[in-house]
Amino acid sequence: MPTKVEGWKDETYGNEVRERIYEFAEEGWESIPDDEHDAWFERFKWWGLYHQRKGQESYFMMRIGTPNGVLEPGQLEVVADVADEFARGPVDNPEFGGAVCDWTTRQSIQLHWIKLEDIPEIWDRLESVGLSTQQACGDSWRNIVGCPVAGKDKEEFIDAWPVAEQLNETFKGNDEYANLPRKWKVSVTGCSEGCGQGDINDLAFEPAVKLIDGEETKGFNIRVGGGLSRKEPRLARSIDVFVTPEETADIAAACSALFREHGDREDRFNARIKFLVDEWGTEKFRRVLDEEFVDGELRTAGEDLRDEYTYNAGHSHDEDGHADHVGVHEQPDGNYYVGLSVLVGRMAADEVRELAHLADEYGSGEVRLTQRQNIIVTDVDSDRLDAFLDEDLLEYHSPEPGVFMRGSIACTGTEYCSLSIVETKNRMVRYGRWMQDNIDVPEGMTDFHTHLSGCTASCAQPQIADISLRGMKTRKDGEPVEAFDIGLGGGLGENPQFASWVEMRVAADEVPGYIRNLIEFFADAREDGESFREFIARHETETLTGLVEPEETSYTDPFMHNTKMTWYPYAEADDMDASPAPTNDQGDPLPSDD
Amino acid sequence: MVTSIHQLDDGAWVSVNDSREVNVSDLWQLACSDVCDCEPTDFLAEGFVEVSVARGRVKARIAGQCIGCGADGITDWLELGRADPETGAFRSVVPSSVHCPGSHRRLAADE
Repeated sequence: MPTKVEGWKDETYGNEVRERIYEFAEEGWESIPDDEHDAWFERFKWWGLYHQRKGQESYFMMRIGTPNGVLEPGQLEVVADVADEFARGPVDNPEFGGAVCDWTTRQSIQLHWIKLEDIPEIWDRLESVGLSTQQACGDSWRNIVGCPVAGKDKEEFIDAWPVAEQLNETFKGNDEYANLPRKWKVSVTGCSEGCGQGDINDLAFEPAVKLIDGEETKGFNIRVGGGLSRKEPRLARSIDVFVTPEETADIAAACSALFREHGDREDRFNARIKFLVDEWGTEKFRRVLDEEFVDGELRTAGEDLRDEYTYNAGHSHDEDGHADHVGVHEQPDGNYYVGLSVLVGRMAADEVRELAHLADEYGSGEVRLTQRQNIIVTDVDSDRLDAFLDEDLLEYHSPEPGVFMRGSIACTGTEYCSLSIVETKNRMVRYGRWMQDNIDVPEGMTDFHTHLSGCTASCAQPQIADISLRGMKTRKDGEPVEAFDIGLGGGLGENPQFASWVEMRVAADEVPGYIRNLIEFFADAREDGESFREFIARHETETLTGLVEPEETSYTDPFMHNTKMTWYPYAEADDMDASPAPTNDQGDPLPSDD
Repeated sequence: MVTSIHQLDDGAWVSVNDSREVNVSDLWQLACSDVCDCEPTDFLAEGFVEVSVARGRVKARIAGQCIGCGADGITDWLELGRADPETGAFRSVVPSSVHCPGSHRRLAADE
């Protein structure tokens, strides 16, 4: 029997939801019938609107999908202005201020505290420069990810940016694929370094070459069924298919139609295509694809480049090409792209506006978002590079950050998210700073990835980090406190590997001490030239458990209490009862029904 | 009135009559649970797997783990609270009281 969500989607979903959002916005929050809240908020997701968590009713997270992370000239300034004007809540975040932009691990943008009444005006502004929130959430084609420097990389195998653009144009707003059983995440990689992270996507186009009619043809091999969510991580699996760049839209349509027809609509926990691939196996998947969804015969896979993949492979970034994209890199046209480290992916609106101006002044105005929550300014004139690097903004959002700042990623957390168990972004900022000040960096270590996720949904991609932190609870002196499960040794590259979970339920204030002790142990016990990931891989999970101890240090954590029980963790009066929500279009509390 | 219940956002919360009432991340004290042998099981709710309602009593099976011993699992049906059949108003049980999944028994008083 289809789920309730499927019933709501059957009634109204996709493009047609937009008109209803306009009507609700015109008439105000209270015009949404009380007994239809759940159905409408589920449908709103398709238009990139996610109702914020309990205690923040009437406020929405708005996600803007930027294919391949590309923001064209003029777009970033509009994002900054929209954030500044519309993404302000009742209380400022003590670390970041009152209006922020979040760069996500899927190269999208998230704004918070959006009021329903403001959405038409925001859409007008975003769409006037070609930005969209369409299908940024919900059960359909999500933002397409890829190597963020596609077309700007001196060593790339094939320029995947036109492919990503074509897929975006084909499938955004396309009613045929608007209502899928669950989200559909697609990655297109054209570089030889693997930084499209195809391994953790539902559908991955990976660079390959194949002899066709006697000619070596560049294109893509297809993998399906990757993903990290819940406690069921999967690497995408090859279905032994090669396509040329011109054929990508057709095969993508076939794969998503297969998912539409055969995905599980009766159990949302089993709906992602990774579970269908588990059930069928790749041979059956290929056979059904071939027989029911493809005209003509599928080609077998070409020769891939996976043995060249270096992205998030545990190497020093000095050894590799564009590595994590942070830093100064020359483009094929002699200009430069400069990747800036944005700790936990969050920038204040005024910083975003300043960056937009700098991108205009020194480059083409284009910027790009990475899957490590960082931002890249492209097309910087070679003769103005030094002046750009001297700009004040780059002192904090640096192209040469410290090892621990560079590698830190965090999801949204209990600040806004219903799923999260713990506070994340402000805590990861504090972790990063403490580690930077208190841990000696072992010789040769230039990259150390700490991914902090508030729950098993894994939005911070914890399973592919050197240190994986997953939100948890424990008791300390008898009192419940926020905590983390700790995993080690995850990453991608030629031999992708999910982290091994080695320490469970570590109190949040003892995590920095654990990491320090572990890195000190590594520095003492490593073999010559051994990377951290190689060191972890050399040990059995049983050996790693208990290798070093978590401990309290000079690090202090203001978020140890149950932040989910607050209406907003940083409010002075943070009890759920103190919440002003729901509010009207001016942010004033609406009268309660009670 | 009929009580409407939904489990939404990947099982992050339970809606009762279109109002978000019960979240993941609470610690539930469980007696006689199948999750582990701890007495009580100190159970972190990580996701609502199934929800049901009968005569206003809202119940769920919850995925999570005991933070005492680390065992994870899915609880038997656990009462989350009651919806008033006249007004629809929901009154939650107190997770930190002791509950017995699969049973109507409550081992400590509700709020």
